[in-house]
Amino acid sequence: MIRGRNHWRRFKNTAAISAIYALTGIALVPLALVLWYTIAKGFPAASHLDFYLNVERPVGIAGAGVAHAIAGTAIMVGLASLLAIPVGVVSGVHLAEYAAGRWASWVRLASDVLVGAPSIAIGLFAYVLLVAPQHHFSGLSGAIALAVLMLPVVIRTTEGAVGLIPSSLRESGLALGLPRWRVALQLVLPAAAPGVITGALLAIARAAGETAPLLFTGFGNRFWNLDPSQPMAALPLVVFHDALTPYPALQEQAWGAALVLVVLVLVINLASRWVLRRQIRLAGQL
Amino acid sequence: MIGAIRLRAGMRRRPDRFRLVTAAISVASPAVLVAIVVVLYQEAAPAVTSFGARFLVTSSWNPVTVNFGALPFIYGTVVTSAIAIAIALPVGIAVAMVLTEPGAAGVRGAVGTGIELLAAIPSVVYGIWALYVLAPFLYVHVEAPLSARLGFIGFLSGPPRQTSLFTASVVLAVMILPTLSAVSRDVVRAVPKGLRESSIALGATWWETNRKVILPAARAGIFGATVLALGRALGETIAVTMVIGNRPEIPASIFSPGYTLASVIANEFTEATGQIYPAALVELGLVLILVTFTVNIAALLLVRRTAARST
Repeated sequence: MIRGRNHWRRFKNTAAISAIYALTGIALVPLALVLWYTIAKGFPAASHLDFYLNVERPVGIAGAGVAHAIAGTAIMVGLASLLAIPVGVVSGVHLAEYAAGRWASWVRLASDVLVGAPSIAIGLFAYVLLVAPQHHFSGLSGAIALAVLMLPVVIRTTEGAVGLIPSSLRESGLALGLPRWRVALQLVLPAAAPGVITGALLAIARAAGETAPLLFTGFGNRFWNLDPSQPMAALPLVVFHDALTPYPALQEQAWGAALVLVVLVLVINLASRWVLRRQIRLAGQL
Repeated sequence: MIGAIRLRAGMRRRPDRFRLVTAAISVASPAVLVAIVVVLYQEAAPAVTSFGARFLVTSSWNPVTVNFGALPFIYGTVVTSAIAIAIALPVGIAVAMVLTEPGAAGVRGAVGTGIELLAAIPSVVYGIWALYVLAPFLYVHVEAPLSARLGFIGFLSGPPRQTSLFTASVVLAVMILPTLSAVSRDVVRAVPKGLRESSIALGATWWETNRKVILPAARAGIFGATVLALGRALGETIAVTMVIGNRPEIPASIFSPGYTLASVIANEFTEATGQIYPAALVELGLVLILVTFTVNIAALLLVRRTAARST
């Protein structure tokens, strides 16, 4: 009797474990499919050197490329980083160094909510703030929208990295008579640098892949443009606009741009994981 | 000696300028949050005053007669998010259980990396993949057979389409899976080890331990993770815009095209002319952002409470 029951329990256990591993396997199927199709369909366009040197051309003319979009993404993400990373790092240091303060808990809550803000709404915000008063789209307004997206990511990852540094390091600095700002900026922050860099890289990767905030700010541009006061192309915008056209040549270009984007984002992500692993090893030595 | 002590006491009372300066800079994040709501409210004001509360419950969307109602978009947003959660939740919990299982470090590392990469892929790449690969596949292998056999059920009725609420829901499910499984992993990991060990010591199997001890202990946190994922699903724009079909109606069937709050803004905002039309679109954005903020705060409180209780 008891034996039969235990067999049944063991059977249920095995069945449940198999089901859970099967579901976990299912979770990874979309990743494999997205990567496979992006590579397979993007390769024909992305394998030409022209693709990285030329700008878009009218349908039917060979040698079209997305150089303008790569430049636009680099400029807008670069400007956004200049805005968001310094402010985010200082805010994150404040959150970690004065973690118990009431102000810190407000900033933390605001950042957590801002992380979840729909990116399209952030695009609307940047439109109302910059594009509407100026009466034209601009790379700068796109950069501001991306900076709003990046800010909370940088804040929270900086806080996490600085919080990992043991307080003995702070105490030894203070015991030597260093003022708090020097302890925080010259002792604790350098020790936490790999974690902070990881956060910045993740924020950059997220910003580089965003389309929605750029729809009414950077807007896109079919021509070569490095001036942030003018409408600016971006890789995600090229994918979005070209994918929805009926022309096979443009669709192929969209897949090519998607492949470039995926490679870019995955390389940044893998780099950040590598930096983070170093941080964990370093923190173990402190 | 006494002088030295007095001096130190005096120094301690001096304001911590580093704290003040960093606090002043950290105003940025709350300020942006408040500014988003205020700015969008001001911009939406013409629509808010001309339609009032009727905006949220009527379903006409007519730029020609300047008559706008948000209901089809609210419906599409809620339905796609709900179906996405229903698909992603069992998978997310399974992934969280695998990721928190002691042992099997190799599997855990591979699954963890895979899920993180899934989160890293840009929305527009999911969009193009869903449009050209997933939508035709779902049409042939899911939508057409289901509506042929079970078409008498209301929400499966009507001619199926490649771009539909259902296709959008499946893409959303893939996109929220990383959030769902990462947060669930954290709350399951926060369940005290003693609970797992006592249960196993009493002779419970792995499954009994997880189902009757670990998951109930982590229930509030997993609910929080679900709500957080819901917040992501509600606001997701680009991938959904590419596959939902963009029709401002409330369809009977989930295999018909629909529209969401985020995707109507993405599609129509640059073409909106006049005063009321753009304001109505901004009001949709305001509705979206207020709903996601509420959902996110609720989720954070749930997750934080479970984490706090277990320590």
